[in-house]
Amino acid sequence: MSVDGYLDRLKRDGRIVVVGASLAGLRGAETLRDGGFAGTLTMIGDEPYEPYDRPPLSKGVLLGKATADHTALPRRRALDAEWRLGVPASGLDMAAKRVRLADGDEVEYDRLLIATGVRARPWPHEREAALDGVFVLRTRDDATALQKRLADGPRRVFVIGAGFTGSEIASACREREIEVTVAERGAAPLVGALGGVVGEVAAQMQRENGVDLRTGVMVTGLEGDSAGRVRAAHLSDGSSVETDVVVVSLGATRNTEWLAGSGLGAGPRGIACDAGCRAFDIRGIVTDDIFVAGDVARSPHPLFNYQFLSLEHWGNAVTQAETAAHNMLCESVDRRPHMWIPAFWSSQFGVNIKSVGVPSMGTEIIVTQGSLSEHRFAAVYGFQDRVIGAVTFDDARWLPFYQQLIESTAPFPPQFPTVDRRPEGARPVSADFPDPSVPTHGPTVTLSGYSPADRRITFTPGRH
Amino acid sequence: MTQGNLLRQILEYGNRPNPYPLYAELRKTPVLNEGDGAYVVSTYWEILSLLHDPRVSSDPHNLAVPGGPGFDPNDESSLPPSFIRLDPPEHDRLRRMTNTSFGPPHKARRIHEMRGELDEIVSGLIDGIGSTDRIDLVEQFSYPFPVTVICRLLGVPREDESRFHTWADTLAASLDPMPGEDPTERNKIAQKARTELGMYLAGLIEERRKNPQDDMLSELANLKGPDGSMTTMELLSTSALLLIAGHETTVNLITNGMLTLLRNPDVLQRLRDDPKLAVPIVEELLRFEPPVQLVPNRTTLADIEIGGVTIPKGASLWLVVAAGNRDPQRFKEPERFDPDREDIEHLGFGSGIHSCFGAPLARLEAQIALSELARRLVNPRLLEDPPEYRQNAVLRGPRHLPITCDEIRP
Ligand SMILES: Cc1cc2nc3c(=O)[nH]c(=O)nc-3n(C[C@H](O)[C@H](O)[C@H](O)COP(=O)(O)OP(=O)(O)OC[C@H]3O[C@@H](n4cnc5c(N)ncnc54)[C@H](O)[C@@H]3O)c2cc1C
Repeated sequence: MSVDGYLDRLKRDGRIVVVGASLAGLRGAETLRDGGFAGTLTMIGDEPYEPYDRPPLSKGVLLGKATADHTALPRRRALDAEWRLGVPASGLDMAAKRVRLADGDEVEYDRLLIATGVRARPWPHEREAALDGVFVLRTRDDATALQKRLADGPRRVFVIGAGFTGSEIASACREREIEVTVAERGAAPLVGALGGVVGEVAAQMQRENGVDLRTGVMVTGLEGDSAGRVRAAHLSDGSSVETDVVVVSLGATRNTEWLAGSGLGAGPRGIACDAGCRAFDIRGIVTDDIFVAGDVARSPHPLFNYQFLSLEHWGNAVTQAETAAHNMLCESVDRRPHMWIPAFWSSQFGVNIKSVGVPSMGTEIIVTQGSLSEHRFAAVYGFQDRVIGAVTFDDARWLPFYQQLIESTAPFPPQFPTVDRRPEGARPVSADFPDPSVPTHGPTVTLSGYSPADRRITFTPGRH
Repeated sequence: MTQGNLLRQILEYGNRPNPYPLYAELRKTPVLNEGDGAYVVSTYWEILSLLHDPRVSSDPHNLAVPGGPGFDPNDESSLPPSFIRLDPPEHDRLRRMTNTSFGPPHKARRIHEMRGELDEIVSGLIDGIGSTDRIDLVEQFSYPFPVTVICRLLGVPREDESRFHTWADTLAASLDPMPGEDPTERNKIAQKARTELGMYLAGLIEERRKNPQDDMLSELANLKGPDGSMTTMELLSTSALLLIAGHETTVNLITNGMLTLLRNPDVLQRLRDDPKLAVPIVEELLRFEPPVQLVPNRTTLADIEIGGVTIPKGASLWLVVAAGNRDPQRFKEPERFDPDREDIEHLGFGSGIHSCFGAPLARLEAQIALSELARRLVNPRLLEDPPEYRQNAVLRGPRHLPITCDEIRP
């Protein structure tokens, strides 16, 4: 029987199951339908909601400008799918091609797309984590609960971790004129993702906006009152901060436990896949019927030394899902690689931050346009004499240019003048990333291919 | 046809009604060296990339051979350059300050809130058309509409509006490049108009400093923010820029729009049935018949390699956005006017830091204008096709658009 025949039958009346009914899951499913898939499509999601968008949760929703139930993702087309919402997938039988559900049901597939994403890493001390007033922020429910608490007018909010999410939460609090303390283990906010030079700008922004920023400290414990409400946070420098809301913002853990024992190459670092989004099994052999996309995936990128990148980026989830879906329906020669250039945005303290490439691979940085002191600039990161990443603060319109430099492995430092090159951009300096052997949390780009960085995943600050 | 004179042919008046075959010819050499230091770029990706390239300057001082349309570095009497001819950080500062009284995040609703007033102006103009035997759409509608709007937005008293037509006309004409022609005379006339306009605005600004009103000029004149305030000279050139740019371009967008709709009666009918279709129609128009056809004022600060060609430092760049908009490498069936197109990231408003400041206003004006014309004119027809065009190849559009219709619906 020809492969052609198989694909035709698959498209006509095959069964495709998508596990993880959020951004990557939805866009993947839509692409399947666009690609002519007419068979049975089953969407499995453990959250009870239709797919919704997460970036607004730490921005508009916390500001009270939008409510969490208004973040539903716009549909690109009608899906005609069978929705199994509110039920987690609990296991996978690769031989029988079946997904097991927590409610005991099983769903058979011809092809499977896994898009289970990540979840917030909780506060490691269970009892402290259970105190009233301690939050994480990943889901709609998290955002609704936190926003309610902010609306009650807490005296102070304490944010653990100054990665992107933690910084955005701090920004939202300040905009609501709520006192906020941010505790960060590194030397500055965003250091894991953007390094110390840019982190220093982020620190200035926080302080200028009235954030009580504590860097180089760890949170050693959370203290509750007799009623089980959080009342203070204790720090490694011996100080403590009274607070009635704590937001734990320590990065994320990949949702792969449900695959344990399945034989799929899935672990705490995500699910490894090839550039065409096909998952590897534990023997390192690529599967032909299981595809992965989004935050849970780890795929090799030729431009970045074939490292397996796992990205927690909205745009990556969309394009990877589209690529996976495309590849699910076609012959191997027609498959496309997922060669998306990592790109990320954030907005905090009124500043729009965007990055492309993999800044955290950079060893040096040079400001090519604008000025750090104005919090408005473009800077590029260099790695082994080439441009590997770029970041802009309130200067995003230039970003496509820097993306081109990255794509064409342009030399670093750039040799040309720009329309706006002020003295501070004249020479590269160390990008000042934390020593990768020292674990830090919350880097947006996890370069998990090189072993020292792996410890990031197992790091749990506060354990002492 | 030798390639060396393609640009000249595009600028030749005879090719104004349909420059698109020439653009197609141009695209065969995406980056064309015109021989006199000018490089003509006509394909979508190359244009887009240059518009985002920080080695490309908008400041004419960086040209190896200074000059170019409307620019005379020795003319001390002229206003300082407006932000369209500046690079960062000066450009950013002025554009940002101007934006505080125009767009998001400060004045997110200024344009939105003008909707009622725009509707009224449009209704008034259509009501006033009179005889339907021969309507000159330009004179009677597409010209007065945006001029009135920009004057109201800035805060120019109604009785002075007509004086702007003359100044703006002269200045827009001066933007028209004529390679080979000695620009001195034209520059002199343009300079005079600029000075007169400047003096008028200076008076108005003075008055608005004393008695602020709810208009942009008052806000800009009294602005104090993180970027400081605008000097009077800066304010003058900024408001002159807004007047001119917010003017000729929208006239052409609306006129080209109606012309295209009359040539595509099925689309016109659909718009009549569903005014919401104005949104995608205007987007497709910006691709299909962009009011600004080429961007002639850029120059390179370094050697730039693009499309297999190295453009040397100091070269003068001509970015033919109208050709890029019909690049078959970028758009499916680019020569077809198709309002149902989904993938429509056109270059009609440029891109990058100089992308059209007035885009939100231009879009809204054109949407309202076209949907109202479609609704009220019964059985409209072109009386001349092609119509007579203006001289200008950069801001391309008909000088007159004679049409007729059976009646005008209330
Ligand atoms: C607060 C916040 C702000 C953000 N801001 C930005 C930003 O500004 N810019 C940016 O680029 N990115 C941002 N992101 C990241 C972006 O939202 C993610 O990259 C994106 O959501 C990834 O999509 P995904 O579908 O891969 O994973 P997810 O959105 O995490 O979806 C995975 C889904 O699978 C479900 N699931 C997990 N396990 C199972 C199971 N066993 N069975 C069934 N379902 C399961 C999960 O509950 C979830 O609904 C932000 C994220 C958060 C949380």
